[in-house]
Amino acid sequence: MAAKPKKKLIDRSFFFDKRDSWGTLVYVYLSLIIMSIISAYPIWYIFLSSVTPGDKIMPDPFMLFPPDATFSNYVEAFRTKPIGLWMLNSLIVSLVSTLVAVICSLLAGYGLSRYRFPLRWPLMILLLVTQMFPAPMILLPLYILMGKLGLMNHLMALTVPYVATSIPFTTWLVKGFFDTIPRSLEESAYIDGAGFLTTFFKVVLPLVQPAIAVSAIFTFLGFWSEYIVARVIIMSEKFYTLPLGLMLFRGEHNTKWGQYSAVALVTTIPVLIIFIALSKQIVGNLTLGSLKD
Amino acid sequence: MATTAVKTTMQKYRLVRGVVPSARWYEPVGFLFLGYFAIFLVIVLPILFSFMLSVYDVRNSNIRMVLNKIGINIFALPFAFPDLFKGLDNYMKLLTDKDFIGTFIRSVIWTGVNVFFHVSIGIWLATLLNRKLPGKSLFYVLLILPWAIPQYIAATTWKGMFNSQFGIIPAIFEKIGVNDTIRYVWGMQDVSWLSNPYLNFVACILVNIWLGFPFMMMIALGGLQTISSDYYEAADIDGATAWQKFNYITLPLLMPIMVPAIILGTVWTFNMVNIIYIFADAGRVSEETHILVTKMYVDGLQYFRYSYASAIGVFIFIILTLFAVLYMKATVKED
Repeated sequence: MAAKPKKKLIDRSFFFDKRDSWGTLVYVYLSLIIMSIISAYPIWYIFLSSVTPGDKIMPDPFMLFPPDATFSNYVEAFRTKPIGLWMLNSLIVSLVSTLVAVICSLLAGYGLSRYRFPLRWPLMILLLVTQMFPAPMILLPLYILMGKLGLMNHLMALTVPYVATSIPFTTWLVKGFFDTIPRSLEESAYIDGAGFLTTFFKVVLPLVQPAIAVSAIFTFLGFWSEYIVARVIIMSEKFYTLPLGLMLFRGEHNTKWGQYSAVALVTTIPVLIIFIALSKQIVGNLTLGSLKD
Repeated sequence: MATTAVKTTMQKYRLVRGVVPSARWYEPVGFLFLGYFAIFLVIVLPILFSFMLSVYDVRNSNIRMVLNKIGINIFALPFAFPDLFKGLDNYMKLLTDKDFIGTFIRSVIWTGVNVFFHVSIGIWLATLLNRKLPGKSLFYVLLILPWAIPQYIAATTWKGMFNSQFGIIPAIFEKIGVNDTIRYVWGMQDVSWLSNPYLNFVACILVNIWLGFPFMMMIALGGLQTISSDYYEAADIDGATAWQKFNYITLPLLMPIMVPAIILGTVWTFNMVNIIYIFADAGRVSEETHILVTKMYVDGLQYFRYSYASAIGVFIFIILTLFAVLYMKATVKED
């Protein structure tokens, strides 16, 4: 045997898979960089527009940064429109809806996962079937009903369709989680004399915290950026949510791009932060839930 | 003694899969009640009402009268106004509408093209990311950004980017010759992505592809991580090419995870109002950018043709259910 090849302290496999050749790596990096630019550019564009002075002029697309950047659009937008109030409206509606929706879905998901009873399959199929209907189909009768009930143009009226429309998907997601938790845990709790409520709250719920997190994020983000339903139910500006308010800046013929972008960025950033901070958790758990059953 | 105590406790609470017998009937009812009550009240009842509306003739001109008479009990409609019953007239009107075939084909193209690119770009990016790679998490965060942005903001921003005077996309297309190709092939003088209905529709699809691939990427990445690397090592020993590995290992093992996501993605895309509604200015650009669901939205909530819009909704539901059932059957058979 020849002398052993000299072993490098850090070789390529410290950074990369051994299987990947240099050619593969160049291809991988190039593709990822190009796709990342495509994914992220619109957000950069919103930012560019928001610091470009003037009302109608859009930023020069090939300029990396406008030389006369200014924050006057932000100041102007917050001065002329009650953005703070709209943000508060959005926050209240989204939080209340999320809370109610998550509680309902947790209970229903647990019931579907743990008990066998007549009508269980039809009820589960019902969750899927509701996804097949276009949202306007529910909106139409709801519009009539809410008008009749005098709920039109109330901030809290929004929570009714929000909660109901988000329950099917979240229940399905949460049920998948419950299915992954071994039943022996609950059985031992029962044997130790715990009732089913105690078992549910003290044994099961702590174990599905990731499920609660994922469904809460999902529903919250959905409500935070919901536009179609809100447009139908809310009329007066004091009850506007952020999406509705934002659309005010988008005039028929002269959109105030600067101010519009400023508000759009203000709306987007909290969502982005939540999303990026929790993205790892979302991926792992989303697939875990959807895999089962 | 101890065993009998255990047995009786177990008998008291029937858990799952027949491990322990007998639960109180009210337990599952208690758990399910809240959620299903909301679903029944706000989703099932309105949908049933929509079904009913679709065989009556209720529109802007008579909705006030109808509602005054029947009040809150919407299901009294058949008894209060038997003469408004029109049978399948609304459906006939929909099916014989001169725009219907076009709208329907556009919906199918819209859904097919979108879902195809969502899934293929998603799987492609997932395979790229599924390796040891410095900077992976940065790429990952950048790549899921489209999913995190509120849809209407994305739509409006892209609309700005497609602006023919100031937008970046037409400028890029001009430079790389896309606009020239369009001018040459279709003989258009003015290539405007916002006012020409066909180009507008293409722009909508491009935007929606951008919006939708992160979801599929996330699902695919989760699926790839469940595939054991043993398969690939065995394939390496046999001298398989990268394409063979992808085609014979990755794809078959990924599909069971992708099928539910594909069905869900198809349904969501078919029912996607936001992009086309905002991009085509609620149909003001042209009738020729509408898909079924935006047509329904505009008909129902802007022109107040309640019955007609409901008929469109029922039609969409039938199409989607058929698709879901057939697709499931086809994919299950393959296994």
